[in-house]
Amino acid sequence: MPETQTVRRVAIVGGNRIPFARSNGPYAQASNSDMLAAALDGLIDRFDLEGKKLGEVAAGAVLKHARDFNMVREVVLGSRLDKATPAVDLQQACGTGLQATIYIANKIALGQIDVGIAGGVDTTSDAPIAIGEKLRKKLMAVNRAKGNGDRVKALLQIRPGDISIEAPKNGEPRTGLSMGEHQAITAKEWGITREAQDELTVASHQHLAAAYDRGFFDDLITPFEGLERDQNLRPDSSLEKLAKLKPVFGGPDGTMTAGNSTPLSDGASTVLLASEEYAKANGLPVLAYFTDAQTEAVGYVKGEEGLLMAPAYAVPKLLDRHGLTFDDFDLFEIHEAFAAQVLSTLKAWEDPTFNKVKLGRDTPLGPIDRSKLNVNGGSLAAAHPFAATGGRIVASLAKALDEKGGGRGLISICAAGGIGVVAIVER
Amino acid sequence: MPDLYQQFTTSFVGRQLAPRLGLPQPPILERYRPGQRTVEGAVLVGAAPGGRLVPQLAKVLKDAEAEVWTAEGELREAAGEAGLSPKIFSVNGDGSSAAGDQRFKALVFDATGISDAESLKALHAFFHPVARKLRPSGRVIVLGTPPEDLDGAARVAQRALEGFVRSTGKEFGKGSTSNLVYVGQGAEDQIESTLRFFLSPKSAFVSGQVTRIGKGGAVPAVDWEHPLKGKVALVTGASRGIGEAIAETLARDGAHVVGLDIEPLADDLNRVMERIGGSSLTFDVTEDDAPQKLVAQLKAEHGGVDVVVHNAGITRDKRLANMKPETWDQVIAVNLIAPERITAELLKQDALHRGGRIVGVSSIAGIAGNNGQTNYATSKAGVIGFVDALEDEIAAAGATINAVAPGFIETQMTAAIPIGIREAGRRLSSLGQGGQPVDVAETIAWFASAGSGGVNGNVVRVCGQGLIGA
Ligand SMILES: NC(=O)c1ccc[n+]([C@@H]2O[C@H](COP(=O)([O-])OP(=O)(O)OC[C@H]3O[C@@H](n4cnc5c(N)ncnc54)[C@H](O)[C@@H]3O)[C@@H](O)[C@H]2O)c1
Repeated sequence: MPETQTVRRVAIVGGNRIPFARSNGPYAQASNSDMLAAALDGLIDRFDLEGKKLGEVAAGAVLKHARDFNMVREVVLGSRLDKATPAVDLQQACGTGLQATIYIANKIALGQIDVGIAGGVDTTSDAPIAIGEKLRKKLMAVNRAKGNGDRVKALLQIRPGDISIEAPKNGEPRTGLSMGEHQAITAKEWGITREAQDELTVASHQHLAAAYDRGFFDDLITPFEGLERDQNLRPDSSLEKLAKLKPVFGGPDGTMTAGNSTPLSDGASTVLLASEEYAKANGLPVLAYFTDAQTEAVGYVKGEEGLLMAPAYAVPKLLDRHGLTFDDFDLFEIHEAFAAQVLSTLKAWEDPTFNKVKLGRDTPLGPIDRSKLNVNGGSLAAAHPFAATGGRIVASLAKALDEKGGGRGLISICAAGGIGVVAIVER
Repeated sequence: MPDLYQQFTTSFVGRQLAPRLGLPQPPILERYRPGQRTVEGAVLVGAAPGGRLVPQLAKVLKDAEAEVWTAEGELREAAGEAGLSPKIFSVNGDGSSAAGDQRFKALVFDATGISDAESLKALHAFFHPVARKLRPSGRVIVLGTPPEDLDGAARVAQRALEGFVRSTGKEFGKGSTSNLVYVGQGAEDQIESTLRFFLSPKSAFVSGQVTRIGKGGAVPAVDWEHPLKGKVALVTGASRGIGEAIAETLARDGAHVVGLDIEPLADDLNRVMERIGGSSLTFDVTEDDAPQKLVAQLKAEHGGVDVVVHNAGITRDKRLANMKPETWDQVIAVNLIAPERITAELLKQDALHRGGRIVGVSSIAGIAGNNGQTNYATSKAGVIGFVDALEDEIAAAGATINAVAPGFIETQMTAAIPIGIREAGRRLSSLGQGGQPVDVAETIAWFASAGSGGVNGNVVRVCGQGLIGA
């Protein structure tokens, strides 16, 4: 590392995404690459990036076909960017989009690149389906066989019983429980009520609808496949309507429903990041700065901690590094994987016992001002195409801070595997 | 091992038939396996306002790595002081709870704050919302203050706890147990061994019991996997039945067991002692010089003894009208005089180490009496008197004396009872079955534990809350 190296501020220039669609809906025929390309194309238009060579494009998908091993680079090659723009596929479950942002931001901060794009995409409609292990092994044997005779012999080894398919499972490999089932346990352990979850859900829909109505998303979204708004949005969502839904996780007495949990969905998002000098030199706006980030993980396999509770640990670590408290923040973007996840996390931060025993803090991190939480809607309303959520949040928060004319925002995203990714964005 | 009736009622056909025929369906009780945690599953803790045991309770549960739940508020914060971060169990106004279908392995309630009859409703408030949320082989533990240490309304209210615990023992079912532990003022630091016992599957067949814990001096550091490490334990009548299980259990807990039995059973005794790495002594405990010879040998070979279990016992049943004086004498000699003489000799020769533990084996017959057992019941009631009489003297020597009173335990002795009476003995209890020898042994191991210095002068029934004599 050259001795003169300093850390540079990283500007969030803007973002672009496609509206998020429900699984097997309008994007059923679109692949991950198609959707990421569409989001990228809109970003290129918005910031006049055609023909430009960028430092790097980092993005990823949680559910990805094996043939898409170099998906992002392929998308770049098919785009109007300079073909010499490198790209990388990253994946960290639901943390993918934010982690890609951290990756690009760190490279800019260190002076390794001047400008880059972070993003993410996911489809649950075009999910990779693998053939069963028995069939796969026998087909590999056919593939290895020399000459047609051996090949036929190997083919004849395949029995009808060998033919099976394996669809990707929305479950933790080590517990066999789905993410919702895990969160249902955490919700119980934190005494999170159905009413509180439904209230958070209604607020999410109302905030997202209001943001659309005042044109907030006009320069953050390009329509795709005839869709102009997030398909999951229910502007008329109400406590009465939500109260009618049956629990889907946590058994018949559970509190989590299809309403207060995010649905499977399809979508893509991108964020343009640059050094201040690059932005200035290229006449690009600066919405906000990507200040710092923290990734933590928790053990959950034996019930040590809730699967989605890692952000509760990552946030205090990040805040302490900057000497900040919740009072120093103007906006909070807590990814609403499930309403109960947000509420468990908030409750943990307020809880003297959790703070003392798990975080080693004598005074609780404290409550956050709920009027600053997910002010332009969250994942409950917009839906949550896993890897696309990080980019949606970073771009929306940067724009919201810019609208306010300044301030500081906190991002908190939980991910499978007991991972939490959090970040500070400032203007 | 489940008995035949249980095997039937838990079989597919039996499960269908038993309720239709109105037959009781005794549950299969969980029993302790070495290496397992004290309590596997959620433990809900509650306290009446003003309770004094929460800090100790929290400490024990933390050390036992239990999964603890509490309501929000003071109690939970007190638990936090002990380093616990309990999960939250809150009850809504309508009695429902965000915890939904959450079930508990144990419900533990500190009732020491209950100071009058009015405030007994704290029991209802805590247990009512979870009365259907106890898992099979679950545990109910209520902690109180010994009524005799209190006056007036507080004394009345603390005495009232007994009725509650005995009723939940009968009501909750599914192999659950319910027990009351009175903790003396200043004895808060003594509760760990007792709490662990009642929380764990070791107390599978102990229900509806009242135990008192008093000041027991400094509590030593205890290895809960081997609470008798480095101790020497004498077990009389150790060649078979309950004695064999006691020897095995004390050895499992780390003790060197000296097993004693009569000469004709020497082979059986040696086999048992070989298996558990103990040593054998052949004596008839009723012989005149037996106590002197026994104590001298213990001193010579082991430098004394830490744990003495007076298990050897006999029955010689006859209606009083037909009973010969020798039959009377034999039973009193083995069951009562021998424990008395051996204990006196131990004290006389100063052979019982500090921290020593004397354990008597009484019987339900000694509490309830039994047709044809005037001799036996007299001897076993005498064992209770033996505990009472020696309690203070033994405590002064830094030791403890307690007794178990087994109910119906599946052994050769009970296998000889005619089937009708035998079935009644098994089913007429809250747990609806006979106990296993190991259930008696585990209770004795709790008394014997290095951590049980505060457990003195207790007689605990191991009877599945049998109806007889209750
Ligand atoms: N089995 C039950 O249901 C039950 C119920 C209540 C109490 N108890 C008591 O539990 C204890 C053990 O009972 P068990 O069912 O295992 O009986 P058991 O007959 O199987 O075992 C008793 C042991 O004591 C030994 N013993 C008898 N007289 C002796 C003597 N004079 N000197 C040395 N050893 C002698 C015997 O040889 C035998 O090994 C007894 O005190 C019994 O009264 C048993």
